[in-house]
Amino acid sequence: MTRKQRRLVLIGGSIGVLALAIGLVLNAMTGAIVFFNSPTDVMEKNLSPGTRVRIGGLVKPGSVQRGDNLNIRFEVTDGQHDVAVRFQGIVPDLFREGQGVVAEGKIESGYVLAADTVLAKHDERYMPKEVVDSLKKSGRWQEGATQ
Amino acid sequence: MIPELGHYALVLALALGLIQSVVPVIGARGHDAALMQLGTSTALMQFLFVGLSFLALTISYVTSDFSVASAFENSHSMMPLIYKITSVWGNHEGSMLLWVLILSLFGALVAAFGGNLPATLKANVLAVQSWIASAFYLFILLTSNPFLRLPRAPAEGRDLNPILQDIGLAIHPPLLYLGYVGFSIAFSFAIAALIEGRIDAAWARWVRPWTLAAWTFLTVGIAMGSYWAYYTLGWGGFWFWDPVENASLMPWLAGTALLHSAVVMEKRNALKIWTILLAILAFSLSLIGTFLVRSGVLTSVHAFASDPTRGVFILIILVGFIGGGLTLFAWRASTLKQGGLFAPVSREGALVFNNLFLTTACLTVFVGTLYPLALESLAGEKISVGAPFFNLTFGPLFLVLMALMPFGPLLAWKRGNILGVAQRLMAAYAVGIVALAVAFAVEGTQSVLAPFGVGLAFYVMTGAVVDLVERTGLFRMPLGIVARRAAGLPRSTWGTAVAHFGIAVTLLGIIGAGTWGVERIVALKPSQTVSLADYDLTFDGMIARSGPNYSEQAARFTVKSGGVTIGVMQPSKRNFIARDTSTNEAALMTRGAGQLYLSLGDTNPDGSIAIRLYYKPLVMLIWLGAIIMMVGGGLSLSDRRLRVGAPKPANKSTIKPTLQPAE
Repeated sequence: MTRKQRRLVLIGGSIGVLALAIGLVLNAMTGAIVFFNSPTDVMEKNLSPGTRVRIGGLVKPGSVQRGDNLNIRFEVTDGQHDVAVRFQGIVPDLFREGQGVVAEGKIESGYVLAADTVLAKHDERYMPKEVVDSLKKSGRWQEGATQ
Repeated sequence: MIPELGHYALVLALALGLIQSVVPVIGARGHDAALMQLGTSTALMQFLFVGLSFLALTISYVTSDFSVASAFENSHSMMPLIYKITSVWGNHEGSMLLWVLILSLFGALVAAFGGNLPATLKANVLAVQSWIASAFYLFILLTSNPFLRLPRAPAEGRDLNPILQDIGLAIHPPLLYLGYVGFSIAFSFAIAALIEGRIDAAWARWVRPWTLAAWTFLTVGIAMGSYWAYYTLGWGGFWFWDPVENASLMPWLAGTALLHSAVVMEKRNALKIWTILLAILAFSLSLIGTFLVRSGVLTSVHAFASDPTRGVFILIILVGFIGGGLTLFAWRASTLKQGGLFAPVSREGALVFNNLFLTTACLTVFVGTLYPLALESLAGEKISVGAPFFNLTFGPLFLVLMALMPFGPLLAWKRGNILGVAQRLMAAYAVGIVALAVAFAVEGTQSVLAPFGVGLAFYVMTGAVVDLVERTGLFRMPLGIVARRAAGLPRSTWGTAVAHFGIAVTLLGIIGAGTWGVERIVALKPSQTVSLADYDLTFDGMIARSGPNYSEQAARFTVKSGGVTIGVMQPSKRNFIARDTSTNEAALMTRGAGQLYLSLGDTNPDGSIAIRLYYKPLVMLIWLGAIIMMVGGGLSLSDRRLRVGAPKPANKSTIKPTLQPAE
């Protein structure tokens, strides 16, 4: 093999691997990423049932209902709209009414989110960024108020 | 007084850093030995002053001097001593000080042990190292001063974030930083080589041990972080594809590639330009990681409190070093002479493919990590890229890489015989297929991919063993000769085999815990029993306890297997008084390579408790594999060949096997 041919093999191999990676990334981009929405977005975008989303906002005071078998229902609000969330499992330690929360799952008909993941903030200083932005957007954010 | 001394010491370190940034370069240009020599002294002094500065901050924390703002924010007089010390870097300011401490340590090591380097190269390396150090001293002094005083000293501190009150904080960040920052040496060597326009095999022999040491620390650092997250977060997960985790994975991937390409450069004098580029990229990814974690772009438990000016400052450092490094590369790389020819099928070719796969895998992680940030700032759309994305992109690439891995070490340099190697790996295929069949037989077909993964892992492990068997002549020659051959094998060959074995062990653990784990979430009343895999767990009741700065509610479980009591598990919730926050302390019980994992949930109005139970088979192998990789790295580091131009009595080189990159 000449130097040129060797180089061609290497370049060909590199392009092959890179093409494989790009293919994989594009494929994953269509199926494996989840969009974040505020409750208002969920209403306005009129998301169809079965769509996977993350929603963030505050747990609406008075909305938490605990059922049997660790079932729990609550509403996530950004002050303008509310989205009901149902979840089975253990909610995080810092899950409380009036506090920030992020839930991920599938939209069901009637704007109910069947969540498989519920995240609350880590500690008293940390609020999920998505929640902060969602509240800022609806004008409900007061700097320092949640500290 | 002590905090002021610490602050002053850091300012002095900056002054020394600025001198070291300029003078040795001028010396190297004019071949002035005295000016070049200055870098050695200033590098040692820098380490001394940063060390004093760090010591001063530690004293402030240990003595609970809450007039120091960062101690007030992150410490508490009731904390155990170990947490008082670790809380020094459990916050933004202190962790940056730890960062520069390690940076200056590496600079001092080059200064102290670089006696056999060409004088100009050493001078340039120390200067570049000092550019980085000075930039970060400035960053700390201008935006993140850990010694800032409060006008009136509060009586009590606000306590360390309870999640960080764990032995993990003593282990994970220092190891991770040793890895991250260790790549700065490879970067400095690369830049120095570009400045000089000269690079040879001796350069690679110098860079390899540093890279190897950094890689070894980073491997363990990441693994320990993973284990910490596993037991502390209470979901039983060991890797979340969180951007902060990816930030440490990317330098690891680039560093692994660099490690392998440096071998080609050292042995065959080929791939020079590529190796230089990788050295720049590996440290650039470390800097990007630091930026992602420290700038507040991401919110996570790692971000601490964020401040936009810091983000901008790190971004400037980032752009300066990465942009500058790559520009210099583009300008000067063509001056480096290309060496060693090789056929595509050869050890070199295999290492090129290794590099190709590692860098491409690194690229997919990069895209998955930064795409959401880019999309949010450009289009305002928020997305979350999680495990499914990486499983579909990073996963296949890495699996292909592992399938090809056993071939590499068996191929000859220059021109290899792929069919011959394929034949020699017969034993590995056989073991892999048996493992595949056994996995199917034992676990059934509930998951089709997992048994193939098990087969792959066993094939790679056997492949690593085959390499050693071939080289020592085991089964072919008398044992005496085999033993002599084994002793005569380069340590780096042992290191390669051991590290390759280790990554397969990790793969096995990931498959076992990920696929065959059992999870149950139940509500239990006292004296009720729940069964999980082959274990019966009886909830005995709640116990209230108190610790130095927290109160605790623990649930006591008696664990039985086949009717025999094998132990007690007590998952608990801790309430930290100073911050009024609680943490969840999972209870773990190791059974063989698997673990039982209990995590306590809420107490329900009817008196029952919610409890999450996991049985994770083989999960310990994930971290055991990382430890094996670390041993491989250590073995390779102890290779005598890496001590260039420093002839030593044979008995001496066997005394200190590890962690002493080329003296």
